[in-house]
Amino acid sequence: MNIVVLLKQVPDTTEMKIDKERGTLIRTGVPTITNPDDLSGLEIALRLKEQNGAKITCVTMGPPQAESMLRELYAMGADECILISDGKFGGADTWATSNTLSAALSSIPFDLIIAGRQAIDGDTAQVGPQTAEKLNIPQITYVDEVIALTDKKIKVKKSLESTYEIIEADLPCLITTLSSAAKPRYMHVKKIHEAFAKEIRLITFNDIDIDPSIIGLKGSPTKVKKTFTKEVHKNCDVLVLEPRESARKIFETLLDNNYIGK
Amino acid sequence: MNFDLNATQALSLKLFKEFAEKEVQPIAAEIDEQERFPEETVAKMAEIGMMGIPFPIEEGGSGGDTLTYVMAVEELSRHCGTTGVILSAHTSLACNPIHSFGTEEQKEKYLIPLANGSKLGAFGLTEPNAGSDSAMQQTVAVNEGNHYRVNGSKIFITNGGYADLFIIFAMTDKSKGTRGISAFILEKGTEGFTIGKTEHKLGIKGSSTTELIFKDVLVSKENLLGQEGKGFKIAMNTLDGGRIGIAAQALGIAQGALDEAVKYTKERTQFGRSISSFQNSQFKIAELQTKIDAARLLTYRAACLKDKGAPFTTEAAMAKLYASDIAMESTRESIQLLGGYGYTREYPVERMYRDAKITEIYEGTSEVQKMVIAGSILK
Repeated sequence: MNIVVLLKQVPDTTEMKIDKERGTLIRTGVPTITNPDDLSGLEIALRLKEQNGAKITCVTMGPPQAESMLRELYAMGADECILISDGKFGGADTWATSNTLSAALSSIPFDLIIAGRQAIDGDTAQVGPQTAEKLNIPQITYVDEVIALTDKKIKVKKSLESTYEIIEADLPCLITTLSSAAKPRYMHVKKIHEAFAKEIRLITFNDIDIDPSIIGLKGSPTKVKKTFTKEVHKNCDVLVLEPRESARKIFETLLDNNYIGK
Repeated sequence: MNFDLNATQALSLKLFKEFAEKEVQPIAAEIDEQERFPEETVAKMAEIGMMGIPFPIEEGGSGGDTLTYVMAVEELSRHCGTTGVILSAHTSLACNPIHSFGTEEQKEKYLIPLANGSKLGAFGLTEPNAGSDSAMQQTVAVNEGNHYRVNGSKIFITNGGYADLFIIFAMTDKSKGTRGISAFILEKGTEGFTIGKTEHKLGIKGSSTTELIFKDVLVSKENLLGQEGKGFKIAMNTLDGGRIGIAAQALGIAQGALDEAVKYTKERTQFGRSISSFQNSQFKIAELQTKIDAARLLTYRAACLKDKGAPFTTEAAMAKLYASDIAMESTRESIQLLGGYGYTREYPVERMYRDAKITEIYEGTSEVQKMVIAGSILK
């Protein structure tokens, strides 16, 4: 069983600040982390490997700095790590990214692809599903639990807002996982020492068969016209009322503004 | 001279920081309050390869170095001195002598399970009448052919109540003084070997500090560590390494207390301004961080010398002497910066203050460290 996990190195958005004048993110000095949903995907893969045996290949697309993330993934238990990196791939939106990923995946054996639901920097939740479409394989999104995995099929629990579905699909298949699906394990000290001796396979533009017009910034249909931070308007009405009257006022305000229905 | 961590050390440090923040900090106050040995943390450390950091993979370890191990003890102690000393006593005092002096069979049988964390280790040298004067061993081991018959007792043994394996010292020939001391590997549950009184302490309350009692304990000849009569040398060599671990513990406690003080002074407002804006706070913080960094450099230097295979006895003594002193100063001054709140259990600095004191006492008191340092200068 070959399991491919798609992961992305992202800025730690909890430490992110915004340049209000230019409307851009201030990336300098912001630590990078592995996208949390993706780590949950790796943890699911590692558990499946422990149960059934499998080879886990971690794949990321990004700048050369993403190597530091891949070393950590080795230290958590990945068998092979692949970095898809080339200046020509840079600035890609989700469509161009999934074009590149699906082309690169044609040279990587897989029975199951696991991607995180969405990345904390872009929050689109599009790359996983688009990649499945382009590979022409079934996809199950928002997976909270893998119930069973055989050589032929996968059965999962898919979480929806107030309910869940049990879905079975034929392999090969792509699933996207939620952070809640599995708490990622720590790295192992011994594996940290082994991680730096392992090879990271680099896939560049020349290694894949792809039309240059559908990759990178130029191949991205998304055009960012303007980025800005939402202004927060604080108009506070301070009312001093008796408790009963306060409750009534709060209720009426919520009702009038359609926060609650009649 | 190079002050940069290599890639493996840097990534290991990242792991230790994350582990200590998520697994150690949340229960630190509770294990202190309840005087509870954190068995669950030890199990988690074993799972990620922290119980044998500086030993080769074929000996059950993680293939790291002393500096990586030191950073692990430091990061644990930053949040919990108890957890720091559990790892330090296990690694430096139990695993290390077997790694350095054990036979292949002893390594196979005892070091592998210790270093992979499936067993916990302890070290028994101190006796009621053999503290700093550790040559005054009254525990005796009589050679009876295939085994030794051990009688006596040990006190203040770290990890005592929870360890599976013990490195113990006993007189095999009283007439030879220190050259009559031998070291043995003793398994929990051996007939006649019992755990005595558990100490209630000022600090590191979650760590298990006990008495060991030997009543006609038969120890097989295969469990003699090193040669007969070489026990004192083994003990001293082991304590040299142990002192780097305790220096790291002290360093972690010192940094942990200052971290709290920095956070608090930024949040606390008095006289209409943040107390971090007062020069008194600023100067105190500046002095403490400078001293902590100096302690860190001394500790890391001793670790790097050990890793190089160079002599490190004096440097380890300096590291422990200074780091334990700074642990006392940093915890005391951090309480002062927190004022009345610092004196309460609402904040962790009072615990850190109590935890710091032992670092001036065990594995050689500060006075013993000065004897070691002066001895090397005035020889």
